Amino acid sequence: MSTQQESVESEPEEPESQEVPEDQEMSGLASPQQERLQRKQAALEERERAESDHDMDDDRVHLKVFRYDPEVEGKQEPRFDDFHVPFERGMTVLDALIYARDEFDSSLTFRHSCRQAICGSDAFFINGRQRLGCKTQIADLDQPVRVEPLPHQEAVKDLVVEMEHFYDQMHAVEPYFQDEETPDASELDEQRQSRENREKVKMSTRCIWCGACMSSCNIAAGDNEYLGPAAINKAYRFAMDDREDEEIKEHRLRILEQEHGVWRCQTQFSCTEVCPKDIPLTEHIQELKREAVKKNLKFW
Amino acid sequence: MSQSYNRGLVEDFGRWREFSAGMWAWIFHKFTGWMLIGYLFTHIAVLSSALTGPDAYTGTIQGLESLFLIRVLEVGLLAVAVFHILNGLRLLMVDLGIGLESQDRSFYASLVITGAITVASVPTFLQGVGI
Ligand code: SF4
Ligand code: FES
Repeated sequence: MSTQQESVESEPEEPESQEVPEDQEMSGLASPQQERLQRKQAALEERERAESDHDMDDDRVHLKVFRYDPEVEGKQEPRFDDFHVPFERGMTVLDALIYARDEFDSSLTFRHSCRQAICGSDAFFINGRQRLGCKTQIADLDQPVRVEPLPHQEAVKDLVVEMEHFYDQMHAVEPYFQDEETPDASELDEQRQSRENREKVKMSTRCIWCGACMSSCNIAAGDNEYLGPAAINKAYRFAMDDREDEEIKEHRLRILEQEHGVWRCQTQFSCTEVCPKDIPLTEHIQELKREAVKKNLKFW
Repeated sequence: MSQSYNRGLVEDFGRWREFSAGMWAWIFHKFTGWMLIGYLFTHIAVLSSALTGPDAYTGTIQGLESLFLIRVLEVGLLAVAVFHILNGLRLLMVDLGIGLESQDRSFYASLVITGAITVASVPTFLQGVGI
């Protein structure tokens, strides 16, 4: 640290180092800064052209994207930016965003990875509904397409939201297989699951942790400690798995029937409505409620 | 990354146009529930006039029933109660895990039936009062 500082401070005193940047500026085009400026200019022109083309050219998608950056002065006040992206058949909202970022504004920030509805990183609030960017066809949407970060989660920058709380809730239900008794070493082969049991938990295993359900739930919004649909669904996946002991199932139900567990759900069906993996979340939550009641009912 | 921005109304009721059936059912159920609780208090107040004697009770009831406003409120009360009952049955089904796939249709059905019963009740409720 200290050596770095020294060198920075000493720089102005060295005549040579002062001259070098000047030389670069004089030589003009070679400087990376200038190149950057040129590219920026070109992008701006392209964007302007795109905007003026818009009337003649129906094949452009009008995107309205939420922009916000707390670290840059002048961007701290959230706004909507318009992008006119050339439409292609089969284009998804994510494709359009990627195009806008690559061609128009490289500072546009959003999460994405797999582009095939598997990683769960690109859930946005698109035209007033939580959807996966990569699983939403532009052709199915009304224009302009309004893209915002997920509601009820804090926006960190542009379309990126804080997911920490969601992950905490997911981990709170102990989402891993646990069995007290490890089978004997001699018979340490697969722990098989019956086909029927697999069918039962099948839908619940499809969760990709996108957070759309949690964002759509206004109970979760009002009660920060509520486990939320995704976490409860995760718990369902294990509680209903036959390979775990009764004892562990009871332990799982104890977690779920706490004050901020399954009983918070008031069956609004918002989560079921938005889940990109079509998991019947409300149904699973209701089933766990019944299990919890059954566990506590004693007739003697 | 230390700061983040809260978007206020986008996150709340400002989105009402985008609410789906289940959400509306929930809102109406809460609303009608509170209305019924409110009614319960006036109901007890009116009934307790019987404590001072049969005549006081009859007087109160007749006085109230001659008011057009009260008749209209009664129609409203019926609508609220019917919806709360029907949606309550719907929620019972949801709790039992029956027919969760058609929860939106059962909500619309409760709305339609409520409307029909309310409209059908209007002649009875407004019998013999002028404005
Ligand atoms: S349950 Fe569905 S909406 Fe919720 S995190 Fe999993 S995949 Fe996303
Ligand atoms: S990019 Fe992976 S789910 Fe959309």
